[in-house]
Amino acid sequence: MQQTSPEIGGMGHSIKRKEDMRFIQGRGNYVDDVHLPGMVYGQMVRSPYAHARLKSVNTEKAKQLTGVLAVITGEDLAKANLAWMPTLYFDKQMVLATGKVLFQSQEVAFVVAEDRYTAADAAELVEVEYEELPVLVDPHKATDPASPILREDREEKSNHIFHWEVGDKSATDKAFQDAAVKANVHAVFQRCHPAPLETCGCVADFNSATGKLTIYMTSQAPHAHRTLFALVGGIPEQNIRVVSPDIGGGFGNKVPIYPGYVCAVVASLTLGRPVKWIETRSENLQSTGFARDYHMTAELAADRDGKIQALRVKTLADHGAFNAAAQPSKFPAGLFSICTGAYDYPNAFCEVDGVYTNKAPGGIAYRCSFRVTEAAYLIERAVDVLALDLKMDPVELRKKNFIRTDKFPYKSPLGWSFDSGNYEAAMNLALAKIGYAALRKEQEEKRRKGELMGLGVSSFVEIVGAGPAHTFDIAGIKMFDSAEIRVHPTGKAICRMGTKSQGQGHETTYAQIVAQELGIPAADVVVEEGDTDTAPYGLGTYASRSTPVSGAATAVAARKIREKAKKIAAHLLECSEEDLDWEPGKFFVKGAPSKSKSIQDIAFAAYTNIPEGLEAGLEAVDYYDPPNLTFPFGTYICVVDIDKGTGEVKVRRFVAVDDCGNVINPMIVDGQIHGGLTEGLAIAFMQQIDYDESGNVQGGSFMDYLLPTAVETPYWETDKTCTPSPHHPLGAKGVGESPNVGSPAAFVNAVVDALSHLGVRHIDMPITPWKVWNVLKEKGVVS
Amino acid sequence: MAKKQLVRVKVNGRERQAEVEPRLLLVHFIREVLGLTGTHVGCDTSHCGACTVVLDGKTVKSCTMFTPQADGCELMTVEGLMQDGKLHPLQEGFKEEHGLQCGFCTPGMLMSSYALLQHNKKPSEEDIRWGISGNLCRCTGYQNIVKAVQYAAGKMELGGAK
Amino acid sequence: MIPPAFEYLRPSTIPEAIAFLKQYGDEAKILSGGQSLIPMMKLRLARPAYLIDINRIAGLSYIKEEDGHLKIGGLTREAELEHSPIIQSRFPIIRDTAHVIADPQVRNLATVAGNLAHGDPANDHPATMLALGAKVVTTGAKGERVIPIEDFFVTLFTTALQPDEIVTEIRIPLPPARSGGAYLKLERKVGDFATAAVAAQVTLDGSGTCQHVGIGLTNVGPTPIKARKAEAFLRGKKPDEATLRQAAQLASEEAQPSADLRGPAEYKKGLVKELAYRALSRAVERAGK
Repeated sequence: MQQTSPEIGGMGHSIKRKEDMRFIQGRGNYVDDVHLPGMVYGQMVRSPYAHARLKSVNTEKAKQLTGVLAVITGEDLAKANLAWMPTLYFDKQMVLATGKVLFQSQEVAFVVAEDRYTAADAAELVEVEYEELPVLVDPHKATDPASPILREDREEKSNHIFHWEVGDKSATDKAFQDAAVKANVHAVFQRCHPAPLETCGCVADFNSATGKLTIYMTSQAPHAHRTLFALVGGIPEQNIRVVSPDIGGGFGNKVPIYPGYVCAVVASLTLGRPVKWIETRSENLQSTGFARDYHMTAELAADRDGKIQALRVKTLADHGAFNAAAQPSKFPAGLFSICTGAYDYPNAFCEVDGVYTNKAPGGIAYRCSFRVTEAAYLIERAVDVLALDLKMDPVELRKKNFIRTDKFPYKSPLGWSFDSGNYEAAMNLALAKIGYAALRKEQEEKRRKGELMGLGVSSFVEIVGAGPAHTFDIAGIKMFDSAEIRVHPTGKAICRMGTKSQGQGHETTYAQIVAQELGIPAADVVVEEGDTDTAPYGLGTYASRSTPVSGAATAVAARKIREKAKKIAAHLLECSEEDLDWEPGKFFVKGAPSKSKSIQDIAFAAYTNIPEGLEAGLEAVDYYDPPNLTFPFGTYICVVDIDKGTGEVKVRRFVAVDDCGNVINPMIVDGQIHGGLTEGLAIAFMQQIDYDESGNVQGGSFMDYLLPTAVETPYWETDKTCTPSPHHPLGAKGVGESPNVGSPAAFVNAVVDALSHLGVRHIDMPITPWKVWNVLKEKGVVS
Repeated sequence: MAKKQLVRVKVNGRERQAEVEPRLLLVHFIREVLGLTGTHVGCDTSHCGACTVVLDGKTVKSCTMFTPQADGCELMTVEGLMQDGKLHPLQEGFKEEHGLQCGFCTPGMLMSSYALLQHNKKPSEEDIRWGISGNLCRCTGYQNIVKAVQYAAGKMELGGAK
Repeated sequence: MIPPAFEYLRPSTIPEAIAFLKQYGDEAKILSGGQSLIPMMKLRLARPAYLIDINRIAGLSYIKEEDGHLKIGGLTREAELEHSPIIQSRFPIIRDTAHVIADPQVRNLATVAGNLAHGDPANDHPATMLALGAKVVTTGAKGERVIPIEDFFVTLFTTALQPDEIVTEIRIPLPPARSGGAYLKLERKVGDFATAAVAAQVTLDGSGTCQHVGIGLTNVGPTPIKARKAEAFLRGKKPDEATLRQAAQLASEEAQPSADLRGPAEYKKGLVKELAYRALSRAVERAGK
């Protein structure tokens, strides 16, 4: 790859972000900033019960309040066949409840009023009669005959949703039979929630004069959403425009379609006025797509010298009341089968069972890369437990089993073809940066004095960039992505992509790709996303897919432009194309570099001096079908100190070495890592959405669903190795979710390591001070 | 209907007034009556700080105040940071140090940082982290926000804006 | 998120405020900092029909030493306490306390008086005021009352305040020489209520023996708790490690925590024991200076 100058700002330059100017002035355009003439407000009425028959919904009092325009119920929607809508995963969910409610905070009615305050008053006046039913919150009891059947709408009267398995069961079982050492761990990845700072919402604007429905929406996937609105709502797709403006964080929370969007659309269609619906934080935490809730058991079979022979995994997945997991259709457990990790062994078997419970629906969120967070956490915990059993250093055990560099592309025993990797290099860099040997010495000394300190290592393999059409689709739509680039006569460019940034810096990074490929300065390249009327079709941004897929499309589209540019250059220089060489920004005659034409000259010529046989203009579009996923990886090392008196865990240091192949903007990548590590910290130590026996949400507001402040957040030390993806046009891999994937195990491994000499092998997250204190008390260490 | 209150506030240097329902939260007054949408709502329990503004020189969470409480006060929002078309050193710092990603927490962070630097011209890293401890961010992990504030402190010491 | 409607009243004097309180009884609430009240109104858990905004009443915001007491006015904000030179140098226990209440924005509005008057055992000042032997000065229709802090907290969210009374001053007897105090709080994160917290105030005599001991406990019972047994135990003893540990053990036995999302009761008791030891140690250290 040719290096560009800082003025051009191609790959590798940490140019400052182009989108920042509006945000630092408070002039972003988020959905709640959208104000349309005649706009009215919607507010949901929600169930206080986790499981109950809906006896009646009385809207009279609410309707009589001055300023109330409509109160929509499930019964109203049912008349238009909209009381239920399909989920993104072969199920359906209620838009507004009919018959019964299935989780606390489920949507029951939608009030529309002239202003937000009236809507809130009116929501209180909606009278709903419930008859409580027995509640199911323990996924382990879902298939008990004594448990209530939640989904009366399904033909199969069962709380079991799916069973999925992959791998060679008999070979794996045999390997276990023959194994000298067997380690196992039962690890629960607790239910948590991505909680982006901006909640979900929309402004649905149906123009009855033109028949066009415009939806300003917090959407990570505007085109897919548009198509779904068309298919489900029966509105002609050419008359729907979804506009995803500035989004205040997504993290997977803004991929599903929520009842609030549908109700706002229905209300706008009915009233002929724009309807704004913005959920509160409590609604966001209690009803929108949760993350994780995987109850996993991993077993590793190994030789006495630590060579792993097999992995066996069994997982129970709690999906809540509806299966609304937003993932590729062939994968009911997402990409969980990456759980074999960074290690080379011949046998593995993995099975996952999904069940319904009286909880909010979801499952795929919080930067999980489609369940890769769960998978990486599991294998990295299991390897540490194996190390304990073998009395081996966890680093030594990992190095013994890493897939060697000469084995790539590597076919994992669960069927993935890893494109590239160099796990040992990342590990070594992390070890050097943290000063591993010295820390182990320090730990020994501290243990003699009764002080608690731990080191946690996590060597993760990510799998992103979904994905190749032969294997990947969401609700039937293949997971290609797109870029359209148009160069203006004055040599500037505008691009649109099918992805949608929620803070990842696409306005800068895509411009840098164009700068790299065409030599047009990134400052001269405008990038737009999110308006389905103008952007080419794409599947959106989540699961770290933008750079791998749309980034590739951008490079390919730019190369198509360069091909045409070459023809124009040859025409201008009166030579043949074969005589020309390229350096970013210009074509020049081989051996006579002064005979050159800049890309700006060429762009101008594309409109003013067009070669015969060529069309005017200088633009291209590419829909990219990736040949494979990409496999970023890394090693994270965490050092913790534990306060014996209080159980508090303090993260002393955290080193993150990431390998995401060729990097577009190092500054932006580091920012992604900082943010993801902070989310990982929150998950490891303080976050959980839990339910009591009656199905009441615990942790349904920021009072108890905790987000770390700057005070709790440590300083993150980052570094990189670079193993380019052999199949990606830029050698890039995607990185946004790596920190969430790799860090929880690093934190947990560190805490367990601090306590392993007391006989501790595992502690489930969130590792709160009282959990640690309980362990210390149990082990007789608390004073 | 409760008796409306006449509220007069000097907003970013300009006198504004309106008759409002007493229960109108200050953040809604700012966003919807004044039309200044830089101040954001991120939660409903007064935890996130996205609504932070500067009232009579002190940061407050505008979602946890009723508009009449601001009567007669001076209010600064993020829109008031730029002076004569020039970015405030804090705004420069956030841009130079990559102190924002999605931008949603940024106005609140700018306001809290602004107030911090008014009282502490040479804050340590710890001071900065404490100073923004009432502002939540999901994207940045705070690290570059600290750098942004340090950048601004340095610039202001050299005689930048006040 | 949106509170119910209410009538807004803005008295400019204390008698005016009290008259409103008398007129509207339990339909009215005082709005001072509002940092506890307004969140409750937004969740529609509190629904006063009348809100009496006392923030414009002059002469209620002060921190001064007078007549052998530290006097803090009813509208003094937490931030003012935190940054006051008097408090920082002479009452570090109060600075410790103010510093860990909520976050900087909340501290700019929240008042010390409000922190006491709300009657929430999770609030931080009550334990510190118990340790300092403070007095709460109220003004009501019948005039002024001085309520010793030990009599102020009645039960959960209930204080000795009459419906027509406003807290106008907090009075703390100036500690003698060789006194020191500390407030230690364990919270899940900045801005949270205490999982548990302990306020400790000691006065040593010339020989280094504890003369006066005050210990208050936060969020481990239906009211803030004065750890009397621990106090009595420590009085007259030299504060060496073993003695302080024993006092801390007694303090933990006086705690009556409930299990909640912050942790089980047993943990909170253990925490009180640990924090009490640390707070007492710090108080003794400060007393020695």
